[in-house]
Amino acid sequence: MTVQTMNIAAGSSETSQPVFHVLDEHAHPEGYSTSLGFWIYLMSDCLIFAMLFAVFGVLGGNYAAGPAPKDLFDLKLVAVNTSMLLLSSITYGFAMLTMEKSQVRATQMWLAITGLFGLAFIGIELTEFAHMIHEGATPQRSAFLSSFFTLVGTHGLHVSFGLVWLVTLMVQVARYGLIEANRRRLMCLSMFWHFLDVVWIGVFTFVYLLGMLR
Amino acid sequence: MFDNPALIKAIFGRLTLESLPLHEPIVVGTFAVVALGGVALFGAVTYFKLWGYLWREWFTTVDHKRIGIMYMILGIVMLLRGFADAIMMRGQQMLAFNGSEGYLNAHHYDQIFTAHGVIMIFFVAMPLVTGLMNYVVPLQIGARDVSFPFLNNFSFWMTVGGAVLVMASLFIGEFARTGWLAYPPLSNLGYSPDVGVDYYIWALQVAGIGTTLSGINLICTIVKLRAPGMTMMKMPVFTWTSLCTNVLIVASFPVLTVVLALLSLDRYVGTNFFTNDFGGSPMMYVNLIWIWGHPEVYILVLPAFGIFSEVTSTFSGKRLFGYTSMVYATVVITILSYLVWLHHFFTMGSGASVNSFFGITTMIISIPTGAKMFNWLFTMYRGRIRFELPMMWTIAFMLTFVIGGMTGVLLAVPPADFVLHNSLFLVAHFHNVIIGGVLFGLFAGIGYWFPKAFGFRLDPFWGKLSFWFWVTGFFFAFMPLYVLGLMGVTRRLRVFDDPSLQIWFIIAGFGAFLILLGIGCMLMQFAVSFLRREQLRDVTGDPWNGRTLEWATSSPPPDYNFAFTPVVYDNDAWFDMKRRGYSRPLTGFKPIHMPSNTGTGIILAGLATAMGFALIWYIWWLAALCVIGLFVVAIGHTFNYHRDFDIPADEVVRVEEARTRLIAAGAK
Repeated sequence: MTVQTMNIAAGSSETSQPVFHVLDEHAHPEGYSTSLGFWIYLMSDCLIFAMLFAVFGVLGGNYAAGPAPKDLFDLKLVAVNTSMLLLSSITYGFAMLTMEKSQVRATQMWLAITGLFGLAFIGIELTEFAHMIHEGATPQRSAFLSSFFTLVGTHGLHVSFGLVWLVTLMVQVARYGLIEANRRRLMCLSMFWHFLDVVWIGVFTFVYLLGMLR
Repeated sequence: MFDNPALIKAIFGRLTLESLPLHEPIVVGTFAVVALGGVALFGAVTYFKLWGYLWREWFTTVDHKRIGIMYMILGIVMLLRGFADAIMMRGQQMLAFNGSEGYLNAHHYDQIFTAHGVIMIFFVAMPLVTGLMNYVVPLQIGARDVSFPFLNNFSFWMTVGGAVLVMASLFIGEFARTGWLAYPPLSNLGYSPDVGVDYYIWALQVAGIGTTLSGINLICTIVKLRAPGMTMMKMPVFTWTSLCTNVLIVASFPVLTVVLALLSLDRYVGTNFFTNDFGGSPMMYVNLIWIWGHPEVYILVLPAFGIFSEVTSTFSGKRLFGYTSMVYATVVITILSYLVWLHHFFTMGSGASVNSFFGITTMIISIPTGAKMFNWLFTMYRGRIRFELPMMWTIAFMLTFVIGGMTGVLLAVPPADFVLHNSLFLVAHFHNVIIGGVLFGLFAGIGYWFPKAFGFRLDPFWGKLSFWFWVTGFFFAFMPLYVLGLMGVTRRLRVFDDPSLQIWFIIAGFGAFLILLGIGCMLMQFAVSFLRREQLRDVTGDPWNGRTLEWATSSPPPDYNFAFTPVVYDNDAWFDMKRRGYSRPLTGFKPIHMPSNTGTGIILAGLATAMGFALIWYIWWLAALCVIGLFVVAIGHTFNYHRDFDIPADEVVRVEEARTRLIAAGAK
C-alpha cells in the first residue's frame, strides 16, 4: 500500500492533475488476506462453541433422574487432560519460535511433540467418554448428557481435525521447507490450536468445575 | 443375492422402490417434464460439444464475475420451482371450499408449503443476493477479484449442492412437512420418521457452509482489496450494505449450523436436545433458529437497500442524499437485527417484560429504515429523474415496502401479535417486505447491472410489462391475505369451512396468476434482449451515466476488471473521474497477476452433496466413502502451491485496444 501511495504522489506532482490509476502497480502478495480471513473464520467457529455453551447452560441441569456431574466427572483425570492441551499450546509456541529462526528440524520436532500431546488429550478424552458410556451415562440418557457430549465432543473433533492438519503440514514442511506459504499455514494452525485451548479453558471451567458445584 | 433383505438394506439404506412417489400423479407429471427438459438440455450441450467449454470456462472458474452470473442463474431457475409451489398453494386454497378437498392431498400440500419457503429464502433470495454482491462488489472497489477466489468457487457449488438435494427430494422420497423452519417436536424422529426433514437438514447444511465461507470471503475482499484512496467512508453504499450483510452472514449462519446439527443428533443419535422428555426443550430450538433467522431477514434486505441507493442516485443524476446517515443506518440495523429475534414467538409465554423488550427493539429498528426511506426521497427531490426500469422498481419498492414496514410495526406490538400470530396477516406482512423489498431490489439490481455483465441492456418493453404484472399481481395476491388474517384465518391451511372467505382466496389466486405473467414476461425479456443485443449494445461501459467504479471499465469487464487499479478521491469515484476529464490510459500496460481455475471446488461440493444424500437415506458406506473423499481431495488441493498465473502484457494490450476500437465505433 505504501509503495502505491508514493507512486500516486509522484504522479500528481508531475502532471498537476489528479492521477486516476496506480502507475507502478504490484500485485498483492500471496496470502495478503489470509490472516484476516482466518481470524474471521475462527470467530465464526467461536460462535459455534458459544451456541453449544449456551445450550449446555440451558440443558446442563436437566439430568432427567439420571447421573449428574458429581457422579461422573473425575476432576483429576480432567486436570491431567487439561495440562496435556495446555502443554501442547506451549510446544506449538516453541515450534513457531523455531520457525521464525528458520530451523526446519527443530520446528518439525516441536510440531511432533505438539501432536503427541494432542493425541494424548484425545486419548484421555475418549477413555473418559468410554467410561461414562459404560456406566450408562450415554448421550441419550438425558439432555444434560446430550449437551455435555456434544460440547466436549465438538471440541475433541476440532482437536482431531487439528491433528490431521498438523500431520499434513509436517509433510509439507518436510517436502518444501519453511517457504512463505508453509509459514503462513503454520501460523493459521497456530491460531486454530491456541483457539481450541481457550475454548477448552471455558469447557474446563463451566462444564467440569462448575458442574461439580451444582 | 437380491433376496437378502439385510444385504439390500446395507447397500441402499432405507432407499427402496417405494421411495419413488409413483402414486402421486402430479409429481410423476412434473418428473416427466423435468426429465424431458433435462434430457433435452443434456443432449443439446453434448450435441454442440459444450461440456469442455462449460467445464473450463464456467464450472471451474474462479472469476468472481462468472461465479456471480452462475449464482444469478441458480436463483432464477429456483425461482421458477419456488413459484410453481406458490401457485399450486394458491390454487389449492382457492378450490378447497364447500366440502371440496382441492386437488392436493395433505401429505403433498404440507411438503409444498415447506419447500416453497425453504427454496425462496435459501435458493432464490440468497443466491441472487450473493450473486449480485459477488459480481458488483469487487468492481465497485476497483479490485481484480475477491480475496479467496477458489473459496468463492467452492461456496457457489456448495449452494448448488443444497439446491440439488432439495430438488432430489421432489422425485426421490419426500421433502419435510414441517414448515420452513422445521420446529420440533414435529421435526423430531417420532413425528417425522421419513426422509423429509433429513433432506431439509442436509440441504441447508451443505448450502449453509457455502454461504458462511462466501461471507468470510467478501468481508476480506471489502476490507483488504479496496482501491487506494477508497476509505471506508468513500465506499459505495452497495459495498457498505454488502459488508454489513456479510458480517451478518458470518455472525449468524454458524448458529443455523449448530441448531441443525443438534436436530440431526436428535434424529440420528437419539439425543435429547429438542425432545419433550429426558429434559429436552423444543422451545430452545425456536429461540436458536430465530437467532439465525432474524439476521437472515436483514442479510437479504440490506443489499437490496444498497441497490436502491445506487439506482436512486444514478437515475436522479444526483449524489446520494445523506451518505453518512445511510451508512450509520445500515450499521445500526446490522446490530439491532440481533436484538429482535423473540418477536417471532411472543406467544411462547416469555412474560410481559421480555416481550416488551423485544417489542420495543423491533419498533426501534424501523427508525434507521425510515431514515433510509427519507434519504432516497431527498435524493430524488429536485433530481432529474429518468424512469428507466431499475428506477421504476425502486419507486414500486418505496410504496410497497412502506406498507409492509407499517404492518411490521403493528406486529411488533405484543398484544396485537397475540391475535395475529401465525395468521395470514403475518404471511402477508413478510411477503410484503420480502417481495416488495428484497425481490424488487434484486430486479432493480438485475436491470441495472445486466448491461455491465453482458454488454447489452435489457429490453425495456418486456421489462415494463413484467414490472406492471409483478407489482399489480403482488397487491392482488397479498392484500386479501391481510384481510383474511385480520379475520383470523391461520397460515398453512389446506381446506376451509367458511364459504364467505373464498372470494378473498380467489382474488389472491388471480394475483398469483398476474405474477405468473410477470415471470413469463421477465423470461421473455431475457430472450428478446438476447435476440436484440445488437440494438441494445452498450459500447461505452457506462450506459446509465453511472457514478461508481464498476462503470469505469468495459461491459462486460475484462477478466482482470481494470487494466490499471483506479485511484479514488471521492464517494462517487467514477463520476468524479468523468467530471475532472479523466481519459483512459492507452499505453504502459503490464502483465496482470491472476488466480488459476480449479476443479477442486465442484468436486468437493459434489462429494458433500453425495454425503448428504447418503446420510438422508442411511447409506452409511457411501457417507463414509464421501467423507474420506472430502479429506483426500481437500488435503490434495493444499499440495498445489502454484495457483496463479500472469496475464501477459500483450494480452492486456490486445483487450484494451479492442475496447478502444469499440468505443470509437460507438461514437460514430
